[in-house]
Amino acid sequence: MISRRQFGALSTALALSPVPGLRAEEPRQGGTLNAIVQPEPPAVFIGINRLGPSAYVGSKISEGLLTFDRNLQPRPVLAQSWEVSPDGMTYVFRLRQGVTWHDGRPFTSADVVYSITEFLPKVFSRSRAAFSNVERVSAPDEHTVELRMKHPFPGLLTVFERSGGTMVPRHLYEGTDPYRNPANERPIGTGPFKFKEWRRGSFIHLVRNENYWQPGRPYLDEIYFHIVPDANGRSVAFETGQVDVLRGGDVEWFEIRRLMRAENVQVTEAGWEYQCPLAWFNLNLRNPPLDDVRFRRALSHAIDRNFIIRTIFSGFGRPSDGPMTQSMPYCDQSVWTRYPYNPRAATALLDEMGLRPGKGGVRAELRFYPLPYGETWLRLGDYLRERLGAIGVRLNIVSVDMPTLVQRVNAGDFDIFSNFVYLTPDPAMNFTQVYRSDVPAVGTAANLGGYNNPRVTEMLSQAERTQDQAVRKRLYSEVQKILTQDVPILWTHEVGFPTLSRGKVHNLITTGLGTDDNFADTWLAG
Amino acid sequence: MRHLEFLAGRLFKAVLVMFGIIVLNFFLVRLAPGDPATVLAGEAGVVDPQFMAELRARYGLDQPLYEQLAIYVSRAATLDFGESYRIQRPAMDLIAERLPATLLLSLTAFALAIVLGVTLGVLAARRVGRWQDMVITVAALVFFAMPLFWIGLMAILLFSVQLGWLPAYGMETVGGNYSGVGRAFDIARHLVLPATTLGLFYVAVYVRMTRASVLEVSQLDFVRTARAKGIREARIWRRHILKNALLPVITLASLQAGALVGGAVVTETVFAWPGVGRLAFDALGQRDYNLLLAVFTVTSAMVILFNLIADLVYSLIDPRIEVKG
Repeated sequence: MISRRQFGALSTALALSPVPGLRAEEPRQGGTLNAIVQPEPPAVFIGINRLGPSAYVGSKISEGLLTFDRNLQPRPVLAQSWEVSPDGMTYVFRLRQGVTWHDGRPFTSADVVYSITEFLPKVFSRSRAAFSNVERVSAPDEHTVELRMKHPFPGLLTVFERSGGTMVPRHLYEGTDPYRNPANERPIGTGPFKFKEWRRGSFIHLVRNENYWQPGRPYLDEIYFHIVPDANGRSVAFETGQVDVLRGGDVEWFEIRRLMRAENVQVTEAGWEYQCPLAWFNLNLRNPPLDDVRFRRALSHAIDRNFIIRTIFSGFGRPSDGPMTQSMPYCDQSVWTRYPYNPRAATALLDEMGLRPGKGGVRAELRFYPLPYGETWLRLGDYLRERLGAIGVRLNIVSVDMPTLVQRVNAGDFDIFSNFVYLTPDPAMNFTQVYRSDVPAVGTAANLGGYNNPRVTEMLSQAERTQDQAVRKRLYSEVQKILTQDVPILWTHEVGFPTLSRGKVHNLITTGLGTDDNFADTWLAG
Repeated sequence: MRHLEFLAGRLFKAVLVMFGIIVLNFFLVRLAPGDPATVLAGEAGVVDPQFMAELRARYGLDQPLYEQLAIYVSRAATLDFGESYRIQRPAMDLIAERLPATLLLSLTAFALAIVLGVTLGVLAARRVGRWQDMVITVAALVFFAMPLFWIGLMAILLFSVQLGWLPAYGMETVGGNYSGVGRAFDIARHLVLPATTLGLFYVAVYVRMTRASVLEVSQLDFVRTARAKGIREARIWRRHILKNALLPVITLASLQAGALVGGAVVTETVFAWPGVGRLAFDALGQRDYNLLLAVFTVTSAMVILFNLIADLVYSLIDPRIEVKG
């Protein structure tokens, strides 16, 4: 057990410690990086599957036009430069020359046009939504792509990173069923690593792309992604030195403190800036007493968010009682109505509602689904039950697997469930879907509680389609102000996903995409 | 001839049972809430309903249930279980890929369990009431009572983390690139912990079963008669006691053999062993109907097959058991 003082010192050390590998040493060519991919991905071609594990492996093979630095500024990858017209109606990408696919064919603007107009909208709902704002895509020459918009959609640039805007080789996919294309098994990309072998249930092996467009990159010779289904097994794999990297979610948060104590281990929370993960409790606003804003505010007062970070998530992450993460450019905490931990204020609100304690001190009873993502999330559910119990709200925990949870919450068959969502930087992409009442959507990041505020919906709709940054800022600030007053969701914290690595691993995280970027700059000390 | 008739009759029954299992499994997997499209929606965060409808149409999940059943049964008759929704590859290919690993693990554990279990069970029965019996019985009870995953984790902590003698997970050294004898040795090293973990539970079961059975049989009249006739003790044990006492052991072995393909989920998970059990477990969590049904069918067929074999073995060991079709 570490004391509070030790914990504070540790946290400070963590905050001050550099991102792994940002040291003044000369990069070294060669070596094998051993990492873990969890769970085993269904595919490693991110053109066909972009779930977390697929993106982790596939992002080393396939690329997009851009990446985003840790300040969420776009940086060139396959696009060397780009221009957006002041009215937001035209995007011009100038592509890097001399780039080849892993099979030796040149990468050209025809691949970009095919990927944007045909492939990605067919395979991904999110791509379809984003590119539906584009009226026409043209390729004036082999290295230029021009997008003409139907209307401004300033969030568009954020989807051109490698997993949202994966570039797909047209020569292999055009005219085929994308799901049944044999190239899915041995993906062909432009990235720094080439697919070598996948022994299902055991490992995925990538090797250096000798013809990568960036001279002298990648440094590594090969990467092995070990497949270890058990969380304890993954800890052991790191402890015994069989793997060099563990990323957030590979092991439980409470294990990380123990693993950090080993010699020559570095840890960072960097690299999740692009994903903007925010944890919350979804509330079903259709069900009384959750339909009363005073009840929702009482729940918000009943939770000690600092305790959640300190005790349940082992000090990683940041408490939050608002709808955006601090890395999101439009986050405006100055307008948030705050609900500090105050059980007395919570019970006062319940009294005001007339919810008096009944038999056993119970004022209300709710059905709660914990997120079935492992022990830490279950502990969060236990904590909620304990805290709400203290103000007279009895929580009946119903544990189900993920498909059951998704089905039930989308059918409105819940009172509360725990959740976390990758909001991504631009609110027009994922944030908007959580709060708009006019967008039919299915999933865990949809408007599941039936929140219906026409003004919020209207402002979110306006903000999505205006290029004027000042107007967007004003609209999103106003939305945040209303949301924190309405409390349609019980926001708890920005999730911190620490990445652990051996001291020999350098430049593991260089952008806001973290370990989901391409590892071209990663190198191993001798 | 009677054995052939018996076999034909049992095979006919087996086909009927298989058909029943296939139909039952079809409905069973669909009883679980959610479907492959729901899983995808959950993982993607959010998808639009039109996209969900397209996905269901692609998987044929928008068809009436009886049509899905008819397609499934007609394909299953030719051992075609369709594609895994998740991995987009034929379900039987995925099982075939994982089957060798599972069989290697299960058969090793099975062999260990039978050889060690029966030997120790007989030893305990012969030394009943003495310290050997006490040690074996208590050890069997301990291993019988301990959960497999806990034994596995403790074994990893001791032999991999603390002592560093054996690998903690996987079937081969990742990046080892061994071939020939080197590869066989590498696999054998990886096999020790999971096979022992899986085997220990069954060793305990066989010890208890064999000991009880031997003790029961050795009290019976025909054993007393044999002794009265002056037959040598070794012969009594071999021909009279063991032969009769092993019948329940054969029943248990046939049941365990049937579960060889799908029964090692926990061990496969703890030791990251790339087998069928783990494949089925993942398929369940992802509502990968085709893959799940294929695994169910293969494991059910194994149970039926080994029951059939057990019936035949019974009749060979004990002629008093009639073979009837």
